[in-house]
Amino acid sequence: MKTIFFSSFFFLAFAFFAQESDLKQLPSVDLKDLKGKKVNTASLGFKGPVVISFWATWCSPCKKELNTIHELYADWQAETGVTLVAVSIDDEKTKNSVLTYVNGKAWDFPVLLDPNGDFKRAMGVNNVPHTFLIDKDGNIVYSHNNYAPGDEEKLYEEIKKLGAK
Amino acid sequence: MVSKIPVIIFLTLTCFGFSQDFTNGGTFTGNIESTFQYLNSDTLIGANQPEQKGLINSYMNVFYTNKNFKAGMRLESYLPRIQGYPNRFDGTGIGMRYIGYVNKLVDVTLGSFYEQFGAGLSLRAYEDRALGYDNLLDGARLIVRPYKGIVLKGVYGYQRLSFQQGQIVHGDGIVRGVDAEINFKETFDSLLNDNWDFGLGLSFVSKFQADNDDALILPQNVGAYGGRFKARYKNINFNGEYILKEQDPSNDNSKIYNYGHAAIFNLGYSKKGLGILLSGKSVDNMSYRSDRTKDLQDVFINYLPALNKTHTYNLVATLYPYATQPMGEVAYQAEVLYTIKKGTKLGGKYGAAVNLNVSTTYRPVHHVSGFSPLDSTGVAYSARPFDKSDSMYWRDINFNITKKINKKLSFIFSYFNININNDVAKISNDAKGIISSHIGVIETSFKINKKHAIRSEIQALFVEKIKKGVPNAGGINDKGNWGTILLEYTVSPHWSFGFMDQYNYGNPTESKRVHYPIFTFGYVKDATRFSIYYGRQRAGLFCVGGVCRFVPASNGLTFSFTQSF
Repeated sequence: MKTIFFSSFFFLAFAFFAQESDLKQLPSVDLKDLKGKKVNTASLGFKGPVVISFWATWCSPCKKELNTIHELYADWQAETGVTLVAVSIDDEKTKNSVLTYVNGKAWDFPVLLDPNGDFKRAMGVNNVPHTFLIDKDGNIVYSHNNYAPGDEEKLYEEIKKLGAK
Repeated sequence: MVSKIPVIIFLTLTCFGFSQDFTNGGTFTGNIESTFQYLNSDTLIGANQPEQKGLINSYMNVFYTNKNFKAGMRLESYLPRIQGYPNRFDGTGIGMRYIGYVNKLVDVTLGSFYEQFGAGLSLRAYEDRALGYDNLLDGARLIVRPYKGIVLKGVYGYQRLSFQQGQIVHGDGIVRGVDAEINFKETFDSLLNDNWDFGLGLSFVSKFQADNDDALILPQNVGAYGGRFKARYKNINFNGEYILKEQDPSNDNSKIYNYGHAAIFNLGYSKKGLGILLSGKSVDNMSYRSDRTKDLQDVFINYLPALNKTHTYNLVATLYPYATQPMGEVAYQAEVLYTIKKGTKLGGKYGAAVNLNVSTTYRPVHHVSGFSPLDSTGVAYSARPFDKSDSMYWRDINFNITKKINKKLSFIFSYFNININNDVAKISNDAKGIISSHIGVIETSFKINKKHAIRSEIQALFVEKIKKGVPNAGGINDKGNWGTILLEYTVSPHWSFGFMDQYNYGNPTESKRVHYPIFTFGYVKDATRFSIYYGRQRAGLFCVGGVCRFVPASNGLTFSFTQSF
């Protein structure tokens, strides 16, 4: 028992020590998009800032958030060059409904599938919705858990800050 | 044995840390979650106060990556476990840990890992903390990507069964598996244009558990194998998987020597503004565990998704949920989502979304003539894929309309008709035969200004009288009718306040016509969240993704804290 605590303590101490030295980079996980194409999360390949939003077809605040951004998306893109990537954590039970939902709602942003939660775990997501903002160098600069109407405004302020840099 | 591994991780990390300069310290991610409960006794709803009064579950994940190197662990603590959690969780310690190396060709993991082959019908190791479900594999995994579009996987390990005195307890049997997948579009990119996509996969899984049975000769090695495909032409998607399981006499199947199968297919069509999906599933004798003596949700090697929509409204999601019957079922589902265009008569200024979903599940036909379960073969019947009987287990017909009136106000109107066969998929001790319920929900969202918003839900559930031919025909079935109201006030981006009351006004026993009020409070700052719940929680099944656990009634305070980093 003692060794467990001893080693975990140092592991964690090391974790915090090392973290201060650098901004956090996106972890690398292979996911698939809705056309079945492999996409690596560490090299999403977009030019401007990227918003990564974790959601599921059974999560109503998630859908509310993404549908709200969907309505604002054309303006956001024109003004900041931001790309939204919606990562669905639907597992096999509801995974096939993702394409149905995304097309039914006519979303214009890319959607990735994370059916066994590999990317969700790597990003430290406890529950959905959870939204991350990534700068053009792949650093995670802001994240927000949950969604309440109006949160999109705060997110957009953070996106605009990146543009001003 | 288990306690030595973290030391190795620690030493590896330390060496690694010192061998690099700290400006390139790699990346740490992870999260913390802690849930504390203080419970009172409440005889009216059958809630007991635990002896300790206070209960707490805590978790912390730390994942480290540095170039090609990765390592991670999860500390868990149950002092003691919160109510309704599986009863073999106690102590504080390491519940998951791994080290690994990744490059373009290989991905090696030693220690704990999660994995899924195809749709998971042959193998799926995953965690669902809300359910207390974690069947991770402890051992070794190798993933090889020899050529673009081709992925080969090999796994070997023992499954996590529980967590006692701060240590992982493994299942009795060892699990091995290989999987190969080819995505033709990536491998032969010149062959297919953008209209087409095609992929194939093959998997083979095997478990070994020693035969300790005195009376029977049990197969010690049991395989499960099969294949899958996916195809797309323009807007049409078609995919499927078929897995055959070898003879696996177990407590689940009363030790019969039948083969088992699981098959699933999905056919979808979608374009902007319209999505259609048809799914089918056939399962027979497909409980596949690394310990043949276990039951409930213990050490499942495979995953059999329930083929129905995952509902979220309180009365719809928690009173009559459905989970797959691993011993056998034939199920179908259809879903349509259509967005009525903006500017049309029905769509109005903002358009409207219409969603229809129907799912049914039936008992499969077992051909028993010519079979004797007691003869030397031990085979009890024959079953064919998608051969269904008229005996219904489940039917769910639901539709909803989402309508935005103006910039501030929007509605979702929903109707659900849920029928569940309580004799098979038992969810209530009070119910007889098929429980048939009708549920209506009106959800209203009103945005007061840029930051303030109100949301409300009004839900009503009506249960049909007990059907003819069943004892007590004509009487009130199960717990009768229910009503729920929910009010939620949010101030973006930090605050939320809520109140919900479920009222079982139609309970046949007058003393059980009880209110279940609950107050909620939440504070969120970036990736940190505090929430407080105070009130009554009714007993019932708590389900995530078709996997359910029973949660007893409770009355008290719950405080939870989550942090991602």
